[in-house]
Amino acid sequence: MDEKVKTQQNLPSPVGAVLVIGGGVGGIQAALDLANSGFKVYVVEEESAIGGKMAQLDKTFPTNDCSMCIISPKLVEVGRHLNIEVLSYAEVVRLEGEPGNFSVQIKQKPRFIELDRCTGCGDCAKVCPVEVPNAFDENLSRRKAAYKRYPQAIPNAFAIEKRGISPCKANCPAGIHVQGYIALIKQKKFKEALNLIRKNNPLPSICGRVCTHPCETACSRSKVDDPIAIMHLKRFVSDWEYSQKELEVPRVETKREERVAIIGAGPAGLSAAYYLALEGYSVTIFESSSEPGGMLYWGIPEYRLPRAILKKDIEFIKQLGVEIRTNTPIGEQFSLEDLLAAGFKAIFLGVGAQKSTRLNIEGENLAGVIPGIDYLKAINSGKELPLGNRVAVIGGGNVAIDVVRTAIRKGTKEVFILYRRRREEMPALPEEIREAEEEGVKIHYLVAPKKIIGKEGKVVGLECLRMELGEPDESGRPRPVPIAGSEFILEVDSVIPAIGQSIDLSCLSQGKDWNISRRGTLVVDPITYATNIPGIFAGGDMVSGPATVVEAIGAGREAAISIARYLQGMDLHEGREKKLPVAEITPQEIKKHPRYHPPKISVTERIKNFQEVQQGFSEEEAILEASRCLNCGICSECLQCVDACLAKAINHTMTEKYLNLKVGSVIIAPGFSLTDPILRAEYGYGCYPNVITSLEFERILSASGPFQGHICRPSDHAAPKRIAWIQCVGSRDQSINKGYCSSVCCMYATKEAIIAREHDPEISATIFYMDIRAHGKGFDQYYERAQKDYKIRFIRCQVSKVIEHPKSKNLIITYVDENGKIVEEEFDLVVLSVGMSPPGNFRILSRTLDIKLTPYGFCQTDPLNPMETSRPGVYVCGAFQSPKDIPETVSQASGAAALASEVISLSRGQLVTKKELPPEQNVTGVEPRIGVFICHCGINIGGIVNVPAVKEYVKTLPQVVYVDENLYTCSQDTQAKIKEIIREYRLNRVVVASCSPRTHEPLFQETIRDAGLNKYLFEMANIRDQCSWVHMDKKEEATEKAKALVRMAIAKVSLTEPLVEQELSINKRALVVGGGAAGMVAALGLADQGFEVVLVEKENYLGGNLRNLYYTINGDNVQEFLNYLIKRIQTHPLIQIILNGVIVDAGGFKGNFKTGIMSGPGMAYRKVEHGVTIIATGGEEYKPKEYFYGEDPRIMTQQELEKKIGKKEIDPKNFQEIVMIQCVGSRVPERPYCSRVCCSSAIKNALKIKEINPSANIYIIYRDIRTYGFLEDYYTQARKAGVIFIRYDLQNKPEVSIEKEGLRVSVFDPSLRETLIINPNLLILSTGIIPRENEELATLMKLPRTPENFFLEAHMKLRPVDFATEGIFLCGLAHSPKPLTESLAQAKAAVSRACTILAHDTIMVGGIVAQVEKEKCSACLTCVRVCPYNVPFINDEGVAQIDVALCQGCGSCAAECPGKAIQLQHFKDAQIIVKTSALFKEKVA
Amino acid sequence: MRLSYPTNIKIIQVPCTGKVDVLYLLKAFQYGADGVYVAGCMEGDCHFLTGNLRARKRVEYAKKILEEVGIGGERLEMYNLSSAQGPRFVEIATEMTERIKKLGPNPIKAFRAPSVENNKTILISEEKNR
Repeated sequence: MDEKVKTQQNLPSPVGAVLVIGGGVGGIQAALDLANSGFKVYVVEEESAIGGKMAQLDKTFPTNDCSMCIISPKLVEVGRHLNIEVLSYAEVVRLEGEPGNFSVQIKQKPRFIELDRCTGCGDCAKVCPVEVPNAFDENLSRRKAAYKRYPQAIPNAFAIEKRGISPCKANCPAGIHVQGYIALIKQKKFKEALNLIRKNNPLPSICGRVCTHPCETACSRSKVDDPIAIMHLKRFVSDWEYSQKELEVPRVETKREERVAIIGAGPAGLSAAYYLALEGYSVTIFESSSEPGGMLYWGIPEYRLPRAILKKDIEFIKQLGVEIRTNTPIGEQFSLEDLLAAGFKAIFLGVGAQKSTRLNIEGENLAGVIPGIDYLKAINSGKELPLGNRVAVIGGGNVAIDVVRTAIRKGTKEVFILYRRRREEMPALPEEIREAEEEGVKIHYLVAPKKIIGKEGKVVGLECLRMELGEPDESGRPRPVPIAGSEFILEVDSVIPAIGQSIDLSCLSQGKDWNISRRGTLVVDPITYATNIPGIFAGGDMVSGPATVVEAIGAGREAAISIARYLQGMDLHEGREKKLPVAEITPQEIKKHPRYHPPKISVTERIKNFQEVQQGFSEEEAILEASRCLNCGICSECLQCVDACLAKAINHTMTEKYLNLKVGSVIIAPGFSLTDPILRAEYGYGCYPNVITSLEFERILSASGPFQGHICRPSDHAAPKRIAWIQCVGSRDQSINKGYCSSVCCMYATKEAIIAREHDPEISATIFYMDIRAHGKGFDQYYERAQKDYKIRFIRCQVSKVIEHPKSKNLIITYVDENGKIVEEEFDLVVLSVGMSPPGNFRILSRTLDIKLTPYGFCQTDPLNPMETSRPGVYVCGAFQSPKDIPETVSQASGAAALASEVISLSRGQLVTKKELPPEQNVTGVEPRIGVFICHCGINIGGIVNVPAVKEYVKTLPQVVYVDENLYTCSQDTQAKIKEIIREYRLNRVVVASCSPRTHEPLFQETIRDAGLNKYLFEMANIRDQCSWVHMDKKEEATEKAKALVRMAIAKVSLTEPLVEQELSINKRALVVGGGAAGMVAALGLADQGFEVVLVEKENYLGGNLRNLYYTINGDNVQEFLNYLIKRIQTHPLIQIILNGVIVDAGGFKGNFKTGIMSGPGMAYRKVEHGVTIIATGGEEYKPKEYFYGEDPRIMTQQELEKKIGKKEIDPKNFQEIVMIQCVGSRVPERPYCSRVCCSSAIKNALKIKEINPSANIYIIYRDIRTYGFLEDYYTQARKAGVIFIRYDLQNKPEVSIEKEGLRVSVFDPSLRETLIINPNLLILSTGIIPRENEELATLMKLPRTPENFFLEAHMKLRPVDFATEGIFLCGLAHSPKPLTESLAQAKAAVSRACTILAHDTIMVGGIVAQVEKEKCSACLTCVRVCPYNVPFINDEGVAQIDVALCQGCGSCAAECPGKAIQLQHFKDAQIIVKTSALFKEKVA
Repeated sequence: MRLSYPTNIKIIQVPCTGKVDVLYLLKAFQYGADGVYVAGCMEGDCHFLTGNLRARKRVEYAKKILEEVGIGGERLEMYNLSSAQGPRFVEIATEMTERIKKLGPNPIKAFRAPSVENNKTILISEEKNR
């Protein structure tokens, strides 16, 4: 037994689950492979949806496939996979343990939308008032705070983005959703804005006038200009409401028995009463004075708060049924006990702070000394209280200001304020102070009263002291200190102290142990406002000491919540702590925009009377002012979505969650981030609007992008005619620590240029580049086409700068052309081909996972183990390993999946869920009984299509036995209901009329299968995407169309038949063809997973091309590695090796192949049965006909050189002049492809020679140096080591001759602009890779090949190691030229793909496949010719036969069969025709 | 994208345009369609390799038949577009509707019922466009 398997058996069995970090295409592929091979997979994605960068791309090179079209099916598969759990908005915070047994902690951000309830309908986004830049569109468009990352996103659910609590809300004592109502005002939703305010504040009209607006103080705008006029906006909506005919009073949902008493009708009491009444309690307020309102009525003058306004807010509360009993002071007529005895179940105390604080100086009892509060009360109750001509008001708060301004309006000639500190310390609102001064008030700062002077018992003067400021006191303000001897006397007629209020606690019942503070306030729980006496709560000034209206309102509301909880026996504290942090905006993010100021009445006018001074905003001004809001919190918590979401999925109280998981291994696939183009400031990104990144251009090209696929430039949305691409922005640049090549930019720029030209042939496209790196399969041909067919101009140079033309916003690019001339050229749009950098969180990730990074910050791996990180059990794939394109990422992803599953292969199948299904109902010969479910999709369908009318219509259709309409047919409860109805009504066919079958058909099919119906007895009518969404303004026609679509679906479903899938057993043996590096690694990989392998090699030895390699570019010993592989493979008990083996026949299909092999010296024939096949037939170095190869021992290929150095057959010390010629026989018409490895082989060998013989002159004559990825570092190293690089092009190939004196190479050097003559001792030809002879194998196994005879994969991007024929895979050089490390990755990938079949005992075949009616077949061979997959054949009976396991279900054969002998199941002629006919049968017979 | 297009378009789904039989096209006209068009993948991008190319041939053939029987070949069309081309879809729907409106009702209907019906176009489309 293998050693590895033994050790595993001694350990506790590993966890059969894998964690995949990153939901881009790499993570998706790894997850699917693993889940399909019997493992549970968790995908952790930091965004709200998986899809990664690939989802953002428009097209993919070199096939120009639509990126979204090809990734979308994978997304859906992940989303629906029973054994893949997608954790979006999540990140790993801890990883502990060993391979096979890891503990992971994951932090998941709140989504604020319940995933299991969200149906993805988008109604929340429709009502969301907040727009933010759309990151998916690279900020070129805007999206709502409630959003789905992109239409095809998985999870197919919306999310709400919050940055935190907006500062305004956080600073509001009542916690009003300030940002929310501002956002609603901006949208003209005034009623909604007011309703939102009332959720936290029932006195909006009052707070719109007299609030101290701490929200404005906190407003982020105040960092750069003026805060939003929040208070005025609140007033605006309340005034707007006042102007409406009727007030809309909220409905009380449930009426409750219990009665609650409230003492005091001030703001705290009113607020508590309102929220308790809303909860259904019967509330009575006991007010001692004659009017409700407390200080709002008695303390605030009318010019600030008109009585009518006050009354309006109080009336609103009364309309909820709140009873206010005025002139009912507590203490005198009744006590708190009396209230409890009278049946009140709880009491709220809000008696305020009514007593004026005394000055405690001599003369305070003289006539003419009137406390401020008493004065205001007197005036506000309509009494006259003459003060004389000169009045001194003592204090700096709002009461002092109210007194002086009232006194002026009452005719007092001279009014002073005496304040003991400076203006800066005055607690009154600055605007109030300013207005008072405008009205003639004089303020004496740093002055305190010492004594009131009287004459005949009446005030005549005031002796004052001047003060200076000392150290800060406990309030944080500087303490005023009297200046000795500074006394002076003011002549006055009255003195009004307004230095504060104190609390009268006489209302409290005697004999109870009330908790009273040192300041004389009542002590309550700070969260619940409960006093220490059960059932009694308190808030407002009596608890806080004299404070603001809004604080009292907040306290009243919180107390009301507590009282309701108290009465319902609930915990008072639970869930009431604040959770989100306050959202911070830096001043840099804020653009200045001046504040709008509503008008005021002029001073001369206003001092004559008590008319309201401050006027309100007009509607237009209010909207403009609201538009200044910065949306600090992103989501404004306007709560519109809560009302809009009929599925009740919105949950604004969600919090961060921590999940703990157990997994056996980990795959990291976090992808990359774009290199910040600002690092190359000379290109003007960020300054010039028409300089954009390549990803921005992808979004511009995308039909679903910011401009619907019209190419426009950002500055003016004009169609650009001249577009330039600048390559290597943030790549191949040591100066910014990005010395590597990003590998993909040359190709994506070429692709973008091609697509741009396809969009608009008038566009001229120019690409400025250093080397064109078209090193992948089919890339060079693509590049050639770009030049020849698309006339794209490629200019080899480095762009020195980009300057914007200030008027036209065009861009002038300066570069040095190939002739050394400085050229300036103008363009309309410049695209920067930005490179790949490690993902944004790479440092944290590496620390959390404890993995090593390269100096560039990518994941460190070993070229011979490219997917293994430095931590055992943690594997990597994709761009985080090194910059790479999609197919390589997908290969690595599968490869990483193979490694991850190898560790835990013993636990395969242990954690996966399998569904138990009830037996299927037999419906043959039974009359159709059709059930129809019509979906409203919230209002998506129901808002346009008259669903009840469709329902009534459907009832009249034949065979329909049940019709229903649902709010959301896809919701979980509806699924349960559908199952019940199928049973109850004995339905045998089901139609759902709702949305797209693309996303929802599998769900409904699963539902009816759960209810015992074959899943094909189902049909969908897409009355949303094909009807309500696209005919929004034509409701009647849409309804008629919906009827037609449902009628068609019903017609078809009546003819549908159950399709039975056949179960076939799987042979768990694999056949690997080819014993080179790829074949051996694939064989070992499968065997290590526990599967038997037959390895066929046509030579009599193993090793293939690997035998010709001796060292890798990074110094690994290849022969050692080869020997290790051979040894392992020869000793592995599950691997059978057939040398000298030739495949002579092949048949069967996935799971059950039969292959005939002749082997050995006698060519003995044997048949191998196997479930999968891996083709690894390899490739070899091209032996050139060019440059006298074979005619002179000094001329050899790179591999021959390597072998001679490796075997020490030559000593580099003996060679002083060495020339290497690149692209010999490559990138020429006969072999138009790049072999990917020759540039790095040349550099590898050059460095090797330089290492041994540093003085050797090595000339590498090249066309483009293609050292992609980190290989670029070796190119840099070679140049540093003095290797000379000379460029040539096809028109100016180097010339070689053999002269008497030696070899002679002449080449034109474009940088020196002259021809060089070199006489080398060695001439090394860098020749490409050609595939091994494979024609016979291709014919036998029906495997497609490229024109260059490499094997052709099923899909260049997403299925790089699959053949179109299922069950057959490929890897290594047989696929295309590639370095060893990539062959190894592909070999592992093939293992993983093979495991997705071998892991199962059986496969299901059939379903939607073509079937031949023998009697009708005349064996005309049409189907044989038509089938794109070569499936049909003429069998022994002489008729066509189509294997169910091989048929792809396209129906081409059925359509072409002249005898109509072939029918495609589920799409039979009769089924399609009846559907067509139903369209025209409006009247039902 | 929810771009609006004329309501007279009704879609019939097939797994691949390669499945579109000449019979379906002719039947649609027989039942009273005023126009029919087939929407397949971009040429060269067929999900089933070559289905759309075969469909095009059949559409051309059916056009000839329609021409011969007097219904008119221009009432039938084949379009190629990708699933990301919402605006193009609308363009085609509008273009086809305009064309059929100009041509007037399917003459076959005149033989059967005197009433002039609303113009109706059906679209036979591939799976991905459902």
